[in-house]
Amino acid sequence: DVFYDRDEAKKYAASSRMIQIQSAMASRAIELLHLPPGRPAHILDIGCGSGLSGEALSEAGHSWVGVDISADMLGVAVTREVEGDLVLSDMGQGLNFRPGVFDGAISISAIQWLCNADHADHTPQKRLKRFFQTLYSCLAAGSRAILQFYPETPPQVTLITQAAMRAGFSGGLVVDYPNSTKAKKYFLCLFAGEAGVDQPAP
Amino acid sequence: MRLFTHNHLACVKKGCKQNFPLTIVPSKVEMEESEMNSDFIIRMVDRLDYPALLKAATACKLTGLPDKLPERLDRKTHEAIIKQLHNALMQVHVVEGELACPGCERKYPIQNGVPNMRLSEDEV
Ligand SMILES: [Zn+2]
Repeated sequence: DVFYDRDEAKKYAASSRMIQIQSAMASRAIELLHLPPGRPAHILDIGCGSGLSGEALSEAGHSWVGVDISADMLGVAVTREVEGDLVLSDMGQGLNFRPGVFDGAISISAIQWLCNADHADHTPQKRLKRFFQTLYSCLAAGSRAILQFYPETPPQVTLITQAAMRAGFSGGLVVDYPNSTKAKKYFLCLFAGEAGVDQPAP
Repeated sequence: MRLFTHNHLACVKKGCKQNFPLTIVPSKVEMEESEMNSDFIIRMVDRLDYPALLKAATACKLTGLPDKLPERLDRKTHEAIIKQLHNALMQVHVVEGELACPGCERKYPIQNGVPNMRLSEDEV
């Protein structure tokens, strides 16, 4: 399997450098959401893992729901008593939420998995399509999704971005530290529907 | 899983026509206190499917919710109702049990507070 088993989940959660990097990226993603200040929002965390990015959301005063494909990673999150609710699901099968229920979505180091075909039926295009269509639908009009990911190849960036645009999103890629091979970070910044009155223009 | 999250959950199985609300069949429900934010509750009520919440509350043996909500909730006039909503949405946790889809009858187990919505490849 491509996802984390119990030992790897524990190791991952325990690496302090990993925690630092994940938390910093989560804070950056939250900043890029451009939520109205001083108002708690309800956010979807895609590939929430052990709940590190969720903790950044809680610290920022937001309510959240995390989805992840790994029962073991979610087990670590449960043990750590994170504030958000957790759902075990495969984002490539579609997100299990009614239309318009979230004020935004973040994802840290997860959506590149959608490009992997680890199963005979896993066509990346199909999985990307289902993922972005259901993501678009569960977001309230005018909200954003900020998806940090690690592309393996340049065509992967195009594949993911095009799938998002086909699902109705606008927006594009923000690259932090573009000149550093190590620190370089890709954030796909997506806008769903018309921006609300209290949302700054993209 | 809070009833708040349950109110947002839907079945995505291939061909499923009536994918909401999932019926809760609880075997363990816990109450956990959390701080109330009236403005947040009022804002979230706009996206709430209230009949689904009533069903879920009944399944969890929770009483106290009104049969119908006022058209516009006001934090002063409707303080008691907002408190009941906060309790039902944020403090009731389904820890063990099952969700059943009304359309395709697929069952989704809930373990350790986490619903398992993963499908097999032939269900996608
Ligand atoms: Zn169904």
